[in-house]
Amino acid sequence: MAKVPGLLKGLGVTLGTMVETITKGANTVQYPHEKETPPIRSRGVIALHEGNCTSCMLCARSCPDWCIYIEGHKELAPPRRAGGKPRQVNKLDRFDIDYALCMYCGICVEVCPFDALFWSPEYEYSEPRIADLLHDKAKLGEWMETVPEAPELEAGAEKKSKK
Amino acid sequence: MLGLIADVSYWTQSLLRVFGGIVAILLPAGTIVYVFLFKMMSFMQSRLGPMEAGPFGSLQLFAEVGKWLQKEDLYPERADRFIFKMAPLIVLSSTFLLVAVVPFGPDAWFTNFEAGVFYALAVSSVSVLGILIAGWASANKYSLLGGLRAAGQLIAYELPMVLAVVGVVIQAGTMNLQQIVVAQNTGSIFGWAGLGNPYILTQCVGFVIFMIAVQAELTQAPFDMPIAESELVSGYMTEYSGFRFLIFFIGEFATAGVFAFIASVLFLGGWGVPFSWFGWTSIDSIDNWMNVVGPLIMFTKMMLLVFVIMWVRFSYPRFREDQLQRFAWKSLIPLSLVNIMATSVLKVAF
Repeated sequence: MAKVPGLLKGLGVTLGTMVETITKGANTVQYPHEKETPPIRSRGVIALHEGNCTSCMLCARSCPDWCIYIEGHKELAPPRRAGGKPRQVNKLDRFDIDYALCMYCGICVEVCPFDALFWSPEYEYSEPRIADLLHDKAKLGEWMETVPEAPELEAGAEKKSKK
Repeated sequence: MLGLIADVSYWTQSLLRVFGGIVAILLPAGTIVYVFLFKMMSFMQSRLGPMEAGPFGSLQLFAEVGKWLQKEDLYPERADRFIFKMAPLIVLSSTFLLVAVVPFGPDAWFTNFEAGVFYALAVSSVSVLGILIAGWASANKYSLLGGLRAAGQLIAYELPMVLAVVGVVIQAGTMNLQQIVVAQNTGSIFGWAGLGNPYILTQCVGFVIFMIAVQAELTQAPFDMPIAESELVSGYMTEYSGFRFLIFFIGEFATAGVFAFIASVLFLGGWGVPFSWFGWTSIDSIDNWMNVVGPLIMFTKMMLLVFVIMWVRFSYPRFREDQLQRFAWKSLIPLSLVNIMATSVLKVAF
């Protein structure tokens, strides 16, 4: 009998929630019809800024799932100053991320020394065919448009370069 | 029903009764599932529940039934095929047998016989057999455990239910459900007949015990150890799929509706309104329109009681097996025995 007040209180909680849901609306949203904005720094999809990539392979080697495929070749570029030697640059032929394997750990984004990879909050890219989850260089480049501006840094923090 | 169609041929009567029985089973079951299981539970968890199928998801149930009908009828390899198939039907037939004695109006009933209460309590325990053989025939140790738990639980809670009803029977002086309705609606509270005398007032202890026992008989939380999905992966229902699972599902919610019907007959005055309102004196003087309004009153009372059952179900966590047994044998049964004694003493005194 000592438990009765607690039991009644429990019933009150569920009834209160029901009344609240009917009068003020639910805490959930009806997903395809209305969407919530993802919180800042959401890990939706990884975007590639091709111009910054030097095909150094650090991201591919640090990926726990081995879901990044990089192929490149060396090319000679014209010298920066007149009379100099031609520069050797790495040309990116292929940069694929297999989102069927990716576990969104973000190590590749962290490890990239040249800021070529960015997190984008876009999450609606499911495919009927699993093979279509392999995003190639061009598609990863398109995601770049959805990358938000980095949030304000704390006062006194060292500023990193943007995309 | 019989009272209305007494002069048509036997097979028409039987057909009408079968049709009426199916309506009296499926309509409450469908309404309960949509209103309470889909919507009320969602609201209590601050979400909207199904919203896509039909307006406010009202056709979701048809989508679910369609899904179940499409599923393959699976058997475990070592299952005892014949009784494996029989089990859901036994459970559902218990529900159909139960609804047969419920009166829905002065002439709207399926059968009307003297030992109605006795019959209802007897056939309600047929479902135990179905559940037990479902658990055994599945050849699955979790199902067997679930079936055994169900048997232990249903037998333990059958007793307080019977004993709680005895109080009503003593007070009404009859076991006929129709007579119990009449007794409540012609009764008076200290000489004032404006409300009749619904037995929930005098038998409030019996009502609480009855509703707790109903909760346990229906294996609704907090008494859902037999189907505890986190321990026994749905117990005796584990191996069932498709149509047979659907029958268990219908049986569960139809039985909830039928028990609520019986509870409203026993404690809330059933289909009747207090006879003094319209100057009726006995069951024969009741106007014919009560045969239409009566079922609606019953339906309203049923929804009210099922609301309470489901409210409790969605609010409380599960008992432990030993707590469940202790609660039945050490609290409910002594309490209902005291209730019977008090009722009989008062019955003789007044």
